[in-house]
Amino acid sequence: MRTLILSPCGILGYGFPNESFQAALKQRPDAIVVDAGSTDAGPHKLGAGVAIVSRMAAKKDLSRLMEGARRLGIPLLVGSSGGSGARKHTMWTLDIVQEIAKEMGWDPRIAVILADIPKEDILMAQREGRIEPMSVNVPAITEETLKETNGVVAQMGVEPILRALEGRPDIVLCGRAYDPASFAAVGMARGHDPALCYHLGKILECGTLCAEPGTAKDVMLGQLDDDGFEVWAADPRRKCTPTSVAAHTFYEKDHPYILKGPGIVLDLSCCAFRQAGDGRVRVTGSRITYPPYAIKLEGARRVAYRTFVLAGIRDPMLISRLDEVEEAVVRSVESYYDDIPRDSYQIRFVHYGLDGVMGSLEPDRTLPHEIGLMFEVIADTQEKADAICATTRSAYLHYGYPGRKSTAGNLAFPFAPSDISFGPVYVFSVYHLMYVDDPLRYFPIEWLGGDRNETV
Amino acid sequence: MRLYDLAHVLRSKNSGPFEVTLDILFSDPEAYERVKKSGRITREAIAALYRIPVSHITDFAWYDPGLGVKITFLRDTSSGTVGDRDVYGAQQHAPLIDLEIP
Repeated sequence: MRTLILSPCGILGYGFPNESFQAALKQRPDAIVVDAGSTDAGPHKLGAGVAIVSRMAAKKDLSRLMEGARRLGIPLLVGSSGGSGARKHTMWTLDIVQEIAKEMGWDPRIAVILADIPKEDILMAQREGRIEPMSVNVPAITEETLKETNGVVAQMGVEPILRALEGRPDIVLCGRAYDPASFAAVGMARGHDPALCYHLGKILECGTLCAEPGTAKDVMLGQLDDDGFEVWAADPRRKCTPTSVAAHTFYEKDHPYILKGPGIVLDLSCCAFRQAGDGRVRVTGSRITYPPYAIKLEGARRVAYRTFVLAGIRDPMLISRLDEVEEAVVRSVESYYDDIPRDSYQIRFVHYGLDGVMGSLEPDRTLPHEIGLMFEVIADTQEKADAICATTRSAYLHYGYPGRKSTAGNLAFPFAPSDISFGPVYVFSVYHLMYVDDPLRYFPIEWLGGDRNETV
Repeated sequence: MRLYDLAHVLRSKNSGPFEVTLDILFSDPEAYERVKKSGRITREAIAALYRIPVSHITDFAWYDPGLGVKITFLRDTSSGTVGDRDVYGAQQHAPLIDLEIP
């Protein structure tokens, strides 16, 4: 038994060359699976309910994928719809899919699997000791922070997706899902070894990133068989080697060969990777164990509003006295706004050229000839952030430090106006495991289109 | 020789919003073995280089089939919130560059 899975790109909407996609379709895949999710862009996407990619890009990719899936009569699965995979993101994706289907004159059977977790269930699980943080620096969930959190999603495992596949859908739109899960479900539905299915999913979810040259914007193929799997890029110029494929599990994970997912731990320490043809690698020996089932919760909370300024500094005397000048600037702002509680705002300075990228982790403290300055005011309202930032900017621009010769101004602004009103800032307020008895419980499936229209 | 010149890939990236992970990958087994055996890449050495407590390093593993070593540490500030400087954690590898490997 062989199962061939086509992964068009690392994130739906990143795009992929049509020539690669058409060449991959000629190899007769059994399913097209694409991951759309990531927390990499920070908490804003989940908190504000917006997508990672533009609607135009998502539609462009989905149009090609739906056309290919329909032509071959194979299912199309989307993991973590809309990026963050909350109801809002999933419905955004469904809307695009339905628009395309209408344009194609097609009425596909669509399974939508939601992944939103009721807050009261999280509090109950916490009382029952079924919640644990993903790492020690994750803040504890409190009733108050949870109340302020703008919806919580959980990464589904394969189980809800397997259930959806039983209904023979044309299209499956998953809410938030463990990245490899939608790939793994396709293989497991056809009886393949779960360890191989998850390991292949982990590789395919990033497009051709495991090949050389690698990219998340090209088409990858993976074929499961009875005792292993093989991977290759649709574009023969992208070559997989045993090392490139073995090393891929390093990417964005905390550990290179122990991978944890919903109800599983994948152990790749005994895998064999061998060249199985030009640019093609065969993998065997992936192992899996089944710890108590836990789903990973993700939630984002709005914490403040931001206004910021970009400016350059070229005067060497000012560059040598930044700390002193900035302290004085902050003091003058504090004294001007003595009617505003000091704990309701923060003023932060970031010095590119000095330690702008690494902050306290920066080992090299050599003074540069030029500084890229970013300063921001973080406050509990946008109006306050705007006002305090404007005062900080004018104080910094004109501050007369001892010995100053450049008495006309301290900052070179690249833009007018100089102050950028940024809007809300979010934080990941929930990033925890929740132990559950039933892997299906929080992931209801809704069916649309085709000849059925029901909620399972 | 500098680690930068021996490594094929030298990168950092988020491993979730609360951790940053460093990957040092090699294209030939000789370079990999040379670095692995040098004793210069350890939990203690990385902690000193980044000026963080050893306890902040949550994972440290060599993976022979992938010719690489991975070090994961806790972020002071989670990705994309107030005070973060590198939302993707993609530019935190620089201190590794000049490590001298005998």
